[in-house]
Amino acid sequence: MSTVDLASVSVRDLNSRLHALPPGTNERHWRIVNPKGEHAIAAGLTLPLEVEIEGHTGYYCAGMNKAATVIINGHAGQGVAENIMSGEVRVKGNASQSAAASGQGGLVVIEGDASARCGISMKGVDIVVGGSVGHMSAFMAQSGHLVVCGDAGPSLGDSIYEAILYVQGKVESLGADCIEKEMTPAHAKTLRDLLARAGIKADPKRFRRYGSARKLYNFHVDHADAY
Amino acid sequence: MRTRKPAPKAKKRSGRAAKPKSRMGSRAKAIKAVTPAALRANLVSAGDARGKPPAFDTRALRPSHSFPQHVLAEIHRAADQGLYEIRGFGAKRKLPTFDDLVLLGASVSRYPLEGYREKCGTNVVLGTRFAKKPIELKIPVTIAGMSFGALGANAKEAIGRAATMMGTSTTTGDGGMTEEERKSSKTLVYQVLPSRYGLNPDDLRRADAIEVVVGQGAKPGGGGMLLGLKITERVAKMRNLPVGIDQRSASRHPDWTGPDDLTIKIRELREITDWEKPIYVKVGATRTRFDVALAVKAGADVVVVDGMQGGTAATQDVFIEHAGIPTLPAVRMAVEALQELDMHRKVQLIVSGGIRSGADVAKALAMGADAVAIGSAAMVALGCNKPVYIDDYHALGTEPGFCHHCHTGKCPVGVTTQLPELQARLDPEQGARWLRNYLSVMVLEAQTLARACGKSHVHNLEPDDLAALTVEAAAMAGVPLAGTNWIPGR
Ligand SMILES: Cc1cc2nc3c(=O)[nH]c(=O)nc-3n(C[C@H](O)[C@H](O)[C@H](O)COP(=O)(O)O)c2cc1C
Ligand code: SF4
Repeated sequence: MSTVDLASVSVRDLNSRLHALPPGTNERHWRIVNPKGEHAIAAGLTLPLEVEIEGHTGYYCAGMNKAATVIINGHAGQGVAENIMSGEVRVKGNASQSAAASGQGGLVVIEGDASARCGISMKGVDIVVGGSVGHMSAFMAQSGHLVVCGDAGPSLGDSIYEAILYVQGKVESLGADCIEKEMTPAHAKTLRDLLARAGIKADPKRFRRYGSARKLYNFHVDHADAY
Repeated sequence: MRTRKPAPKAKKRSGRAAKPKSRMGSRAKAIKAVTPAALRANLVSAGDARGKPPAFDTRALRPSHSFPQHVLAEIHRAADQGLYEIRGFGAKRKLPTFDDLVLLGASVSRYPLEGYREKCGTNVVLGTRFAKKPIELKIPVTIAGMSFGALGANAKEAIGRAATMMGTSTTTGDGGMTEEERKSSKTLVYQVLPSRYGLNPDDLRRADAIEVVVGQGAKPGGGGMLLGLKITERVAKMRNLPVGIDQRSASRHPDWTGPDDLTIKIRELREITDWEKPIYVKVGATRTRFDVALAVKAGADVVVVDGMQGGTAATQDVFIEHAGIPTLPAVRMAVEALQELDMHRKVQLIVSGGIRSGADVAKALAMGADAVAIGSAAMVALGCNKPVYIDDYHALGTEPGFCHHCHTGKCPVGVTTQLPELQARLDPEQGARWLRNYLSVMVLEAQTLARACGKSHVHNLEPDDLAALTVEAAAMAGVPLAGTNWIPGR
């Protein structure tokens, strides 16, 4: 295990060390202390490393992550795991807005609450939130899954495409073209698997499923007032 | 005698009423007959110097300035379809342009360079501010971002090849990077757009520069659009969308808003790419002075300013024609912002929107731009609006020279289409040759003008070499009206 202290090492030096590791490296475990809300910590990783961050991170921690597992033992700032491709990013505390924005793959777990626009523009990522999510979450969500064990704020899934949303608590309001859908046994199984992968205990039976009504997929004059 | 000519007409009319079957046909004929020539003929034939004015006096046909033909047609179309007009190509309205400026060649007070003997450099280096690997282009004309999806694969490939042969860069677009374009383009700029379709850190790393798109001149404040027919399986897969939907992309980035966030976003992109790549910020021309200053403050290496006449593959007409400011004032405002920050030439300025010739290039550079980008003109070089396959233009309801139907996905010349049979009309090799020739001509023209102004490099052109032909252009470009030293507003 290599430990990097961001009180004395810059984020630039940390990231360039992480990026310079050769595939198949033995230096797979990294511990980062004193993150102090710095931005872009462990952004752009490409190898199956395990990076643990002891404290709170600023914007875009683990941005565009590929293959690595990044664990934040604290809260995460805006755009944590934005555009994640694969691997896993876990926030033990809460996450600020736009968590996992446009994520294309991988798993993002937020054990606490997520703020507004969680999963905005998501394109294949799986997101599991132990607490609640703020307004406009899963806005224009294209594919992947968003699991919310708490409540969802206003306009959940506005202009959603093919992403699937599961919410256990109450949904303040659904956005344009987002509707409740039947929870089939297959969906229940997907949800159970997601919760298991995230290591979050919840009863799949208590969730409801939401997705696209697909009414806004093509322009039509009679849907103009949906916006 | 007075009634002899109109008589058969009346007969025809009654005949039409009697035969309802042919009604549409004869009505269509009647409508077709109202051409200016037919009207003049009618006037002459019906004229009688001593009698009553003719029943149908064409001189009394007074067109409305508020409701000209195209406005009437648009209202009829809107009433029929209930949807705003979506179309391609740039603004069609008359705007002040570089045509309203002239270059002051050398004579006694300054001497020119020999046209064929003395060198006139054209190279430009972009990204000198922060990037570890700035890019050097041989010519100051780059190819603007046009998405795969909007353009077919052959067009993309032709553009990549031509740009590579000319030593300039080409740019991805709203839809990600294709293998073909990476392979065919030596210098490829990778766009990071609000939609983030196909955004991939591996592509960021294999790009030569990164362009954060905040806006486009054709639709400042609006998101991308791609209508159903163009969302083929391949395009849908790259964008992670259902096949055949009318795609409307976001107009704001999903994880940042405003200049402070942008600063952090740019830093993240630099971190991901280890500070190697130049990072551009592209804005549609609106509040250009502020936008450029904020982009510089946010850490951009290069600012791209796209004027309102900038092309598009699909945008609401109301946006194309009514939002943003022309390229001409935008260049001036951008240069002023850079100068104010002492960043002119340190942060490079690329200007686009309505660049068509070496004259446009020379004038943009003289105003202080480091390079220009072309979109529409490159498409035209590839055959856009060429008078070939005329029936297919007609099928779209247009004519060569008027086409703006990129949004339909049925481009008659195979440029902006995903349909294989139409794409086959553009051979990438032939297209590359056309575009390369055209780019060469542009550069030769710019050099010719620069030499005539006595410049050994196109970047030595300066505002002093310009005069304006109209008061508007003088005010917008900040260049004196020809024959005066008057710049309105100064
Ligand atoms: C077919 C087409 C597709 C375009 N796609 C994009 C795009 O994906 N992203 C972007 O930033 N601009 C796009 N643009 C705008 C160009 O990048 C550029 O700003 C514009 O074409 C410049 O003006 P010009 O067409 O007058 O040269 C597109 C333009 C055209 C004509
Ligand atoms: S010819 Fe093709 S590229 Fe040109 S305007 Fe028409 S559809 Fe668009």
